[in-house]
Amino acid sequence: MSFDEIYNITLMQGFAGLSLFAVLLLMGLGLAIIFGQMGVINMAHGEFMTIGAYTIFLLSTLTESYAPGLMQAYFPFAIVCAFIVAFIFGWLAEWALIRHLYKRPLDTLLATWGLSLAMQQAFRTLIGPKEVSPTLPDWLMGSWEVTEGLDIPINGMFVLALTLLVTGGVLLALYKSRWGLRVRATVANRAMANATGINTTRTDRVTFAIGCGIAGVAGAAFTTIGSTGPTSGSLYIVDAFLVVTFGGAASLWGTVVSAFGIAQTQSISEFFLSGSMAKVLTLLLIVTILMLRPQGLFASKVRR
Amino acid sequence: MDALKTWLDRSGLASIAILAVLLLVVFPLAMDSFRLNLVGKYLTYGFVAIGLVMLWGYGGVLSLGQGVFFGLGGYAMAMFLKLEASDPQSTAIQSTPGIPDFMDWNQLTALPLWWEPFNSFGFTLSAVVAVPVLLAFVISYAMFKRRVGGVYFAIITQAVALILTVLIIGQQGYTGGVNGMTDLKTLLGWDIRSDEAKTVLYFVTTALLLAAVLLCRWIQLSKLGTLLLAMRDKEDRVRFSGYDVSMFKVFAFCLAAALSAIGGALFTLQVGFMSPTLIGIVPSIEMVIFAAVGGRMSLVGAVYGALLVNFGKTYFSETFPDLWLFLMAALFIGVVMAFPNGLAGLYESHVKPWLARRKGGAAEAGGPPAGTPGEAGQQAAAPIASPGPSASPAAPHSTPAVAADPGLGLGTKVSSQSA
Repeated sequence: MSFDEIYNITLMQGFAGLSLFAVLLLMGLGLAIIFGQMGVINMAHGEFMTIGAYTIFLLSTLTESYAPGLMQAYFPFAIVCAFIVAFIFGWLAEWALIRHLYKRPLDTLLATWGLSLAMQQAFRTLIGPKEVSPTLPDWLMGSWEVTEGLDIPINGMFVLALTLLVTGGVLLALYKSRWGLRVRATVANRAMANATGINTTRTDRVTFAIGCGIAGVAGAAFTTIGSTGPTSGSLYIVDAFLVVTFGGAASLWGTVVSAFGIAQTQSISEFFLSGSMAKVLTLLLIVTILMLRPQGLFASKVRR
Repeated sequence: MDALKTWLDRSGLASIAILAVLLLVVFPLAMDSFRLNLVGKYLTYGFVAIGLVMLWGYGGVLSLGQGVFFGLGGYAMAMFLKLEASDPQSTAIQSTPGIPDFMDWNQLTALPLWWEPFNSFGFTLSAVVAVPVLLAFVISYAMFKRRVGGVYFAIITQAVALILTVLIIGQQGYTGGVNGMTDLKTLLGWDIRSDEAKTVLYFVTTALLLAAVLLCRWIQLSKLGTLLLAMRDKEDRVRFSGYDVSMFKVFAFCLAAALSAIGGALFTLQVGFMSPTLIGIVPSIEMVIFAAVGGRMSLVGAVYGALLVNFGKTYFSETFPDLWLFLMAALFIGVVMAFPNGLAGLYESHVKPWLARRKGGAAEAGGPPAGTPGEAGQQAAAPIASPGPSASPAAPHSTPAVAADPGLGLGTKVSSQSA
């Protein structure tokens, strides 16, 4: 093996780690907002992702049959739709289920697990058990050949860019907008926030819905990488939770750093070990670190 | 006579006796050996469910990884049976006779060292309990000593379930991979696939389950049970009273792990195989619903819960496969939103007052309002509702409802904050 080849393999392996980072971060982001603010464990998060993915599939099918000329342009619009649809379902779920259970986090966990089962079966009944994938615009296909022997897939770069965009947007919204101010006030001290006139109930609902909306965007991003089935979302749910808890519950930066760390650990160890052993090693590492440092990497000081 | 009745009621022995009659007399008489074997299989999940009652209902710690311990117990037993089934004569066609078939398929030429001890039945029996308890101790000691609990603990246990399944599936040559360990034939030369063997195993399972229920009931009635409850409701108060809270939680977790492991070993014996699909994340959460449907505070209820949910699963996934997941979802949401105490709670709040009204007649007919079901049962059963001094020694005043509940051991109090 020549030096160039090793160099290229290292770069491509690093990029594989970056793709995994993007996936984990997109999934963890919505969870981190919901878990960080409300302490709610949303086991149905994966299904909100699936909703986003199905929205993309639906729009691509519609565009293909009614407006084939728009095939190159529909995708960004569809991502916005995925956010909106998941947002609406999240809003409904909060109103129907979650708001009754804020004082009982363990029960929320069970109830949202029930919700996820119902949603999975609904997908299976309404859309069908088969995996589907949308027709993607041409500009998402293929790969970018940087130099001889070094291919970077374009869809991977797209997901990475989308992740950075969404993460930036969430951080901006959280630290610069009125909503963000209300969220941070509620996290810091719920009773006091209430006393100063912040409608914490409403803040909770919007936050939950936004978290679900981001899950929808994550689902949209996934359609560029793989196909979508009724149970696609549940495959990643445990990893997503580990990303959030490992990063430290109420800290978005922690989520970013932990997603990066976990993704790189896994993709680097995958280079030396088999895929499943790499996964076991990564998970064991996370669990061990969490046992030694239960508050996660970046614990924010929160008055409980 | 009255004293005996009081004692039976307070200790919950009456309801345990009813369960024993149902399992030991009614089912064996009413069912053929196929259905009895099915019930026996469900009952092995009953072990997990009563473990969860102790851990979650009493200790307030929710574990989403009980499948891990169920699996470790089951796999330990399966390894012993597999070695017995892989003697050199029956595996003569393999390139290396005398090792389990899946090892041969994966180009292993010798039995791995850590498999060797499982040739001994005594070692296997102790490993069934010891390995899961050791793992449970390590996990829970590390977590509870640092005062991590609630949802964090639930997520960690879930991650452990994921690790174990990925490991088992990945290490096909050592564990049989995703197919698990199949073709288990005999236990010490005794064919476990015959009808007689299945009937015997059913009775062994039932006897062990009843023994486990009695043991847990005894713990509940002891000072330890009272402390567990107190800890669930006001952990800091118990800590400030000088108790080492974390060690009680560790104990509850290890107890639940041991019970699940025994259930797993019996499952392997009755069903004849063990596979990672039975112990992963999804089965582990389903195990929680067994306890939740039966009633997270009631040992006997949890056994009924395990029976009912599993029966429903078998029935619906055969007849209406589409409906089953919806029904399961409804169960999860229902036990959280509508009836947090499960079947046992429904019994307490509806059946018992009704029974008492029929017995008590006009005097109780107006009765207390339905809003206070626990009291309703208590008052209606007036003659026996005098908690003696022996009922709950040193009961902290924050946990009276269950500790002094004169009912059938079907407590009604679930704290609003179960974390």
